[in-house]
Amino acid sequence: MSIGLLSLIILVLAALGYVIGRRKAVGQVEGDIRKLHSLPPFYGRITALLTAVPAFFLIAAWLLAQPLFLENKAISLIDPAELPAGKSAELMMADVRRVAAGLNMLEARGDEVGPLLASPTALKTALNGAGVVLETEPTPSTLAATAALRDAGDTSRLAMTGAALLLALAGLAFGFSRINPEYRARNATEQFAMWLLMTSSLIAVLTTVGIVGSLLFESIHFFRLYPASEFFFSTTWKPQFGGGSSLGILPLLWGTLYVSVIALVVAVPIGLMSAIYLAEYASRSTRAWVKPAIEILAGIPTIVYGLFALITVGPLLRDYFASPLGLGTSSSSVMTAGLVMGIMVIPFVSSLSDDIINAVPQSLRDGSLGLGATPSETIKQVVIPAALPGIVGAVLLAASRAIGETMIVVLGAGAAAQLSMNPFEAMTTVTVKIVSQLTGDTEFASPETLVAFALGLTLFCLTLALNIIALVIVRKYREQYE
Amino acid sequence: MTARPLNPRAALDTRESLLVQDPRTKARNATEKRFRAYGLTAIVVALLALVWLLVSIFGNGLPAFRQTFMTFPVTLDAALLDKGGKRDPADLAKATTFTYGKVLATSLGAEVTAKGIDLGAVQPKDLIKMISEESPATLRNLVLADPSLIGTTIDFTVLASGRIDGYYKGRVTMESAALDKNISPDQLALADRLKTAGVLGMKFNAGFLTMPDASDKRPEAAGLGVAIVGSLYMMFVVLILALPIGVATSVYLEEFAPQNKFTDLIEVNIANLAAVPSIVYGILGLAIFINFAGLPQSAPIVGGLVLTLMTLPRIIIPTRAALKAVPPSIRDAALGVGASRLQTITHHVLPLAMPGILTGTIIGLAQALGETAPLLLIGMVAFVRDFPGAPPDGLFDPAAALPVQIYNWTQRGDPGFVERASGAIIVLLVFLIAMNAVAIYFRRKFERRW
Repeated sequence: MSIGLLSLIILVLAALGYVIGRRKAVGQVEGDIRKLHSLPPFYGRITALLTAVPAFFLIAAWLLAQPLFLENKAISLIDPAELPAGKSAELMMADVRRVAAGLNMLEARGDEVGPLLASPTALKTALNGAGVVLETEPTPSTLAATAALRDAGDTSRLAMTGAALLLALAGLAFGFSRINPEYRARNATEQFAMWLLMTSSLIAVLTTVGIVGSLLFESIHFFRLYPASEFFFSTTWKPQFGGGSSLGILPLLWGTLYVSVIALVVAVPIGLMSAIYLAEYASRSTRAWVKPAIEILAGIPTIVYGLFALITVGPLLRDYFASPLGLGTSSSSVMTAGLVMGIMVIPFVSSLSDDIINAVPQSLRDGSLGLGATPSETIKQVVIPAALPGIVGAVLLAASRAIGETMIVVLGAGAAAQLSMNPFEAMTTVTVKIVSQLTGDTEFASPETLVAFALGLTLFCLTLALNIIALVIVRKYREQYE
Repeated sequence: MTARPLNPRAALDTRESLLVQDPRTKARNATEKRFRAYGLTAIVVALLALVWLLVSIFGNGLPAFRQTFMTFPVTLDAALLDKGGKRDPADLAKATTFTYGKVLATSLGAEVTAKGIDLGAVQPKDLIKMISEESPATLRNLVLADPSLIGTTIDFTVLASGRIDGYYKGRVTMESAALDKNISPDQLALADRLKTAGVLGMKFNAGFLTMPDASDKRPEAAGLGVAIVGSLYMMFVVLILALPIGVATSVYLEEFAPQNKFTDLIEVNIANLAAVPSIVYGILGLAIFINFAGLPQSAPIVGGLVLTLMTLPRIIIPTRAALKAVPPSIRDAALGVGASRLQTITHHVLPLAMPGILTGTIIGLAQALGETAPLLLIGMVAFVRDFPGAPPDGLFDPAAALPVQIYNWTQRGDPGFVERASGAIIVLLVFLIAMNAVAIYFRRKFERRW
């Protein structure tokens, strides 16, 4: 039974629960609802909630956890003797999963899969036709594992449907049986709702746990296969999918920092000066349309900036700066990515600085102007020093944004990992390499793939540290004037 | 230091009149003017960057909405297309796109002769190169769907090949065609004559919005259909998950949560999640949803889940602000007449905060719609030509997404795809502008000051 249909049935059961729960409560007091503890809808609601919510939780938990249990059995069926050299049983499981998914797809299209299972060659052709490309023909033990996996999948699906329906019915019966005029249905409903609210707020915590957990887990996995000292201190990045790669993070970090620094060199003066002008000089009407116009830059998706770098800025820089000056012939370069990223970061610097400059008390300005300083002297000698911690915070936030940015560098900076000072040369960044190591078919057993998680962890720590420092600085500063 | 007199008045005394500025004041005023000019320049530079970006994208992308077509009568010869003569579907399927290509070329040749157009140096067999490789497949599907067409002559509109389209958009010139093995200057000259005769022309390209992606060699046939559907599916998932969870979390934190370590933990978490780079969410999706939970790659459900987690903090923050803006007197009044705390929230606070919540949600969705990096990691880059099925099961079918489709097109060799990618960005921007306009409308219409 498909999940859509199952959900629909549970929802219908819940609706039914609402109707009969309400009707039972009203029936028990013969229509005189003043004798009920709560208003009649509450009796319906609690029954409906008890029917639907546990069942949906069960489905979600089952779907998340089932592969863990299903694959244990299948993996034990793979015959170690049949494994090609250099492939582990875990790697073969990826093939098993894909064959199983391909077979399910064929079956869904209405093809007969029985005969295919008998002949590996026919199976491979049929799967290729369905878009599942296999490197080698499946071996007999892989086929056995596939069959076991599919059987287990079918059984599990059936068991889940049964369990969910049973749980829904049990919830319905339990809710229904509890209904009587003295039952505090409103309190029960509200208690239930409170639990739901709390559970949803846990999702934020679970997301963080998921991020840190998956990054740490796979990174540890990576450092077992590849020495950490090499990763952090080696200056060459040369992944080779045959093995023997050098995976040093330094060239990537260099590229990341170089691009970010150029971005900040572009964005900080422009952002800061526009914030100052908007906060101190601009008339109300100018401010009303200029501020949103600059903030449009923050709402444009990064892929748009990426394409802009690729088709406009890159060729322009190459034709008018890099080639005539003899600095390079590549249209994707650190300069391209940095410039475009600088444009993207302008609004982050300007709106945060604007808020901070506005938060400087007017009395400071009045005092300075009263002593005869010109407005620009007031800004330079009074307002900016007072706002400095906040501005530094804004710049750090912008830096963290620039370091974590992906699409602009993927399309604008190039893919060559190198340590070079020339800004017109193509270089690469941490995020570009995460994308290139994890796109396409990924096997979670080779260091070349797992390195992406170590890169992700580095990136996560770097941006987190910048954000925390920025927030601490901003918060400390804000306390001064309140 | 010695140049300046100890008594400042000494400097003033040299002035002839109060109306004449002394050099120091002049210098200070000049600095003031310069400083203002710097500020103004910064704003102008920022705005020019915005204009430059938009002009570049629109300039490159608008041609994607117009396309070169050829319309001519096509004779569907039964002897070629249905060798059995029984209109048996199995028989009909044997006629390949190659055969249909020949049918198109013959018909185009006949039309050229009928209209008295000079073929020039173009061989009749090379006429097929002027038609998109996609068109025979389109014709074949048309005939397979309606076999009664065989033996008749229909007026059929085909896509011109990408190079001819590029010629009318200024991408291909006679000089570049001479070096190109896919097109010759003679064919371009013939295309010009066809255009004069009215066989070939440019019109609005509806297929760009409805057709699926096409392979590397056929930029003229590539469309956004699957990508738009995939993006809509993902937005649907994000909306039905992120809105309730986000509102529930905000209500809990804002109205019920006790002041303790646990609540602090949640708050810190949400603040940090809002600042995590989006690509990290992609890694999370790959590790948890695909690798651990075994959900299919390229499926809108996985994309939707990843984007949900990413959008949650962006919905929670404005929602909490909206809840905070509802004055306590409303709550006190509701509690005073005997409503429970939950009733106070659901009957009074939430409806009053709704405009703010919706505005925040729409802006969060708009950000999610343009997000690319996490989707690259969960396999949305795959080449998908089939439309996903109807939800909810269609959510598990492979699909593309608008921003990823743009990325995909930038990675292709044919220059025709640059125009497609820019055109797709225009579509994306139109969606974003529409969503933001709705958000601004909500804010203006329902904004309340207490």
